[in-house]
Amino acid sequence: MIEARGLTKDYGDKRAVDGLTFSVRPGVVTGFLGPNGSGKSTTMRLILGLDAPTAGDVTVNGKHYRDHAAPLHEVGALLEARSVHTGRSAYNHLLALAGTHGIPRRRVDELIDLVGLREVAKQRAGKFSLGMGQRLGIAAALLGDPATVMLDEPVNGLDPEGIHWMRSLLKGLATEGRTVFVSSHLMSEMSLTADHLIVIGRGRKIADTSTSEFLAAASGNIVRVRSPQAAELQRLLAGPDVTAAALEPGHLEVRGLTAAQIGDAAAEHGLRLHELTPQQASLEEAFMNLTREDIEYKAAELEAEDAVA
Amino acid sequence: MSTVTSIYRLPRLPHTGRVTQARVVLSEWTKLHSLRSTKWSLFAGALLTIALPILFAAVTSSHWGTMSPHERADRHPLDIALAGVNVGQLAIAVLGVLVITGEYSTGMIRASFTAVPKRLPVLWAKTLVFGAVSFLLMLPPVLIAFFASQAILSRHHILQISFSHPGVARSVIGGAVFLTLVGIFALGIGAIVRNTAGGIATFAAIFFVIPPLMNILPTSWNNAISQYLPSEAGRQIFSLTHGAHSLAPWPGGLLFLGYCALALAIAAVLLVRRDT
Repeated sequence: MIEARGLTKDYGDKRAVDGLTFSVRPGVVTGFLGPNGSGKSTTMRLILGLDAPTAGDVTVNGKHYRDHAAPLHEVGALLEARSVHTGRSAYNHLLALAGTHGIPRRRVDELIDLVGLREVAKQRAGKFSLGMGQRLGIAAALLGDPATVMLDEPVNGLDPEGIHWMRSLLKGLATEGRTVFVSSHLMSEMSLTADHLIVIGRGRKIADTSTSEFLAAASGNIVRVRSPQAAELQRLLAGPDVTAAALEPGHLEVRGLTAAQIGDAAAEHGLRLHELTPQQASLEEAFMNLTREDIEYKAAELEAEDAVA
Repeated sequence: MSTVTSIYRLPRLPHTGRVTQARVVLSEWTKLHSLRSTKWSLFAGALLTIALPILFAAVTSSHWGTMSPHERADRHPLDIALAGVNVGQLAIAVLGVLVITGEYSTGMIRASFTAVPKRLPVLWAKTLVFGAVSFLLMLPPVLIAFFASQAILSRHHILQISFSHPGVARSVIGGAVFLTLVGIFALGIGAIVRNTAGGIATFAAIFFVIPPLMNILPTSWNNAISQYLPSEAGRQIFSLTHGAHSLAPWPGGLLFLGYCALALAIAAVLLVRRDT
């Protein structure tokens, strides 16, 4: 359980996180979504106490992170920025972290096997590829059997097999009753793993809702219909809350009716259908709609800077 | 079928221990001895501490016959035996800075402070582990350097001094103590500056740049101030003789210890307050 109240962080003149209030519940995967530079990583650093908030407060399992007696047992974190000494082997890196909590050596071995780094465990971490580095970061995060797992852009640099592994791992961790908090700037990734979404833009919270609700709200129930009798169908379906737009001959985009309603109506009137496909506006589109303001603001800001320069 | 994708469940940890200072010390020991750069720097420091006195002793022996009485009077057996300390201090200081700035430059510090969010135990543990390792690794070299240089000089029956001569044991062991404190002082500077190049530059400025600059001052000022500089106060620990304008071994050593404590205290305050 992570609880933030009015969490705010300024770096000089720039406000990176702006009055964030949210809670991350156990047992589900919560996605933390926002464009690059929207304050996700900063929020995570504030949760871990690596940075101190300018205002507001954040607790993990009821306490400030630094006040826990066994912090690695409370939160396992993978930060976006690498947090490994490049001259040390993966094995010794984990051993050093484990040592602070008296975690036994066999646990280090267990995690090296879990993340699939056995063969390179004795190599210097500086030689690791991005994907191997992520796996090492995951191993470090899970070392203390944490109640809360917090991962910043965990699929970055992973190959398809690694991405699949990561998704399964996240769901598994949530099923075990852990709090799982995962950031990403990719909607599509979040739609596959997250049950709940916290969306931020420019440090502010834009949405805090279940992934399915977020999708439904964003998509507006569009159904694509192909029919040789498209014109008749268009007249048939037209109503006060329904729009049926003809994009091209024989092709309609219907808003306001479900695919079932359209199919039934067509059958009653003996109209032939060649295709009937419910369209969810892509998550990426929904996300773009929500954060457009943020992106436009940035573009304007850049233009202003260019003008000055 | 990959073994990786088939494992989704995280094995439980039957028992989780709390963070204690002793465990953080153990962790820092793991960190220190698992870096190749640390081993090589310490090895280089130890080697220089032994090799230079042996070289000096050999050169002095072979040239003794051609030296003027004035030159001969200038040579002191302990200066030869501890010649390596002056060079060794640079290796130890660089390593002392690196022990902490290496974590900042690689990002390791985030992992360290996530595991130990109270932070100060990390600083104390680093100081203790690095101090202990430096002392234990530098003590044999200064002893070897003393006896080896004396053995070389004894073949020409020159510049002999007994280990039991007053102040000799203190000076020789003091060489190792001085190197240890230099390392701790540098570690404190590294923790304040948080940047390898900056840390080494700051150390070099305090130890090697400021002392000669004192010569610009009027002599009376120079004499009054210079003895209190960290490098001057510190070197009294391993100096057998003491001039009119230098501190005695104990006051000098304690003052240098005070500088180390001050550097660590500033580092501690900043470590807790600053963002990482």
